Amino acid sequence: MNKSFVRPKSLVDVSTHYCPGCGHGIAHRLVAEVVDELDIREKVIGVTPIGCAVVAYDYWDFDCSEAAHGRALAVATAIKRVRPENIVFTYQGDGDLAAIGTNETIHAANRGENLTVVFINNAIYGMTGGQMAPTTLLKQKTATTPLGREIKYHGYPLKISEMLAVLQGVKYIERVSLQSPQAVLNAKKALKHAFENQINNVGFSLVEILSPCPTYWGMSPRQAMDWVRDVMSKEFPVGRIK
Amino acid sequence: MAKVVINKEKCKGCLLCVSFCPKALFIVEEKLNSKGVKPVKLKEINDCVGCGQCAVICPECCIEIYE
Amino acid sequence: MNKKILMTGNEAFAKGALDAGCRFYAGYPITPQNELPAYMALNMPEAGGVFIQAESEISAVNMVFGASAAGVRSMTSSSSPGISLKQEGISYLAGAELPSVIINVMRAGPGLGNIWPSQSDYFQATRSAGHGDSHCIVLAPSTVQESYDIMFLAFDLADKYRNPVMILGDGLLGQMMEPVLFTNHQLSVAAGGPATGDQKPETKLWALTGCKGRKRNIAKSFYLREGDLEKLNILLQKKYQEIQEKEERFEGVNLDNAELVLVGYGTMARIAKSAMQRLREENYNIGLIRPITLWPFPKKVFERYATGDKRLIFLAVEMSYGQMVDDVKLSLNGRFPVDFIGRSGGGVVSEEDIIAKVKGLLSTKKRNE
Repeated sequence: MNKSFVRPKSLVDVSTHYCPGCGHGIAHRLVAEVVDELDIREKVIGVTPIGCAVVAYDYWDFDCSEAAHGRALAVATAIKRVRPENIVFTYQGDGDLAAIGTNETIHAANRGENLTVVFINNAIYGMTGGQMAPTTLLKQKTATTPLGREIKYHGYPLKISEMLAVLQGVKYIERVSLQSPQAVLNAKKALKHAFENQINNVGFSLVEILSPCPTYWGMSPRQAMDWVRDVMSKEFPVGRIK
Repeated sequence: MAKVVINKEKCKGCLLCVSFCPKALFIVEEKLNSKGVKPVKLKEINDCVGCGQCAVICPECCIEIYE
Repeated sequence: MNKKILMTGNEAFAKGALDAGCRFYAGYPITPQNELPAYMALNMPEAGGVFIQAESEISAVNMVFGASAAGVRSMTSSSSPGISLKQEGISYLAGAELPSVIINVMRAGPGLGNIWPSQSDYFQATRSAGHGDSHCIVLAPSTVQESYDIMFLAFDLADKYRNPVMILGDGLLGQMMEPVLFTNHQLSVAAGGPATGDQKPETKLWALTGCKGRKRNIAKSFYLREGDLEKLNILLQKKYQEIQEKEERFEGVNLDNAELVLVGYGTMARIAKSAMQRLREENYNIGLIRPITLWPFPKKVFERYATGDKRLIFLAVEMSYGQMVDDVKLSLNGRFPVDFIGRSGGGVVSEEDIIAKVKGLLSTKKRNE
């Protein structure tokens, strides 16, 4: 029998610490599949965030560096500059990339660093217990917006991908979603493109992945997938941004 | 007919495969795994066409498919 | 190469770093250390390294984390408020055991303070490497020549112990110009590999280079499982103890016969030394201890006075309101009186201030005898 779908080599054969139905597991697998398909496992270096994905390095079977909260793109910038022959990517959540690390994000993008960014947008802080994220939707209830996010007090969901798209150093941005098997396959295509860009020295490439957090959205895993499709992607439309 | 291999120990019971299988072939087992989760299994092995949607959506990468 | 070149302390730090094999620098402008990154920007490309003006102090220190994790000798520099911003990153460097050099050309605080020289960050530098039980090795040069020379030691110690090394200079040392001889330092083969400009990161077996032909490497300071972090801390403490045993460095003058010993580091040691010389011309019997390592503090030199019934006075001289003086007291453990003279906020203790203080202390001592 031919194997038509098996665990990618770059994904360590262990159970993750993620909640049932969490999108991180899918996104981790997609990264591993792309790394395998591009045959770059031996030269890829991942930079992991602070947040739920803090121990992503336990799940990928290649070199990885931790980064302080928000600083993944500073760490990645340096690694890529001193080791340009390696393929360097960051994997960051919305709090890491679009709140505490906004400065690093904008400036790495603006310098046009030849990096690949995997940006997980789940509209919430998972690891710390479901607080408001910069990408939390209006009216969305979180631990720190118990009555729902209000424009008057919390401003609007931050569309960092659209913000970054205006920077000249940015070469590719696409927003994808994990809401269905078809969407997951599209997400993989975008990720592959973002890695290929780095291999071809195209420059700064970012894939924003709308990802479910059933636990802190207070939904079943399937409901969370549908919420991505029906609610979240209305605020954050999927598709090529740049 | 495709062969679906489920790693029942890794299954966290999120049931995404159950709800996304176009032929609704997955059911939940009664027996708990060591995580304390009731893992999924295929009820009609012969009906699987190997479309792979279950494996693609599985967050734990615990479904493998052989043609 | 035996021609002396006139340069500032800041430039000497940069030149010394380059000659010691530093191939990555990231920093953010702040006075009074701006000549250092400017020298790096001009000369790093020729050395085949990477210079980045980062978007913040925080970003700069985290870039050093990345470059160091990738196996390259790397450093950043700043001045007091900027070092405060870097502290989280320095703690990560200590936790992940990444060799790196951080230069603090101290200015006066607190807060924004001003740009005048100061030694008020002694506690910040020597007590821990940021949050957590951690330490930087802390070095303090006192001349521009030593600022150049000490960079070799700094990178060697960083590699040997896989630990961040902080250099405490101050605005005076950074800005003053003195002739520097680019001495032909023998580049050491430290634990991490040969300290040459073309050092191969492959010799640092823990470095992130891509996992070809080996198991994956991970640079991290995060240990979630019960007991793991404690294990790391025990290992770190063992390392710190070894550093304390082996790496104390100081300069001592007239230590055996002095009736009063001045203790000062960096710029204040120079002023103290001049005061000492003038006092000795007036037949006062004065000695000097100049700590070169501030952590580990050179305790052993003080222990030589543990026995004997000699009556001695120690006078700590600082550009602060009394920080290093605590380590002098801890080292002497109550055996001798320790006095202190210091100014901060931009003021510098003068030779005359020291001379007057010394004469006052010695005449009181005489009266009491």
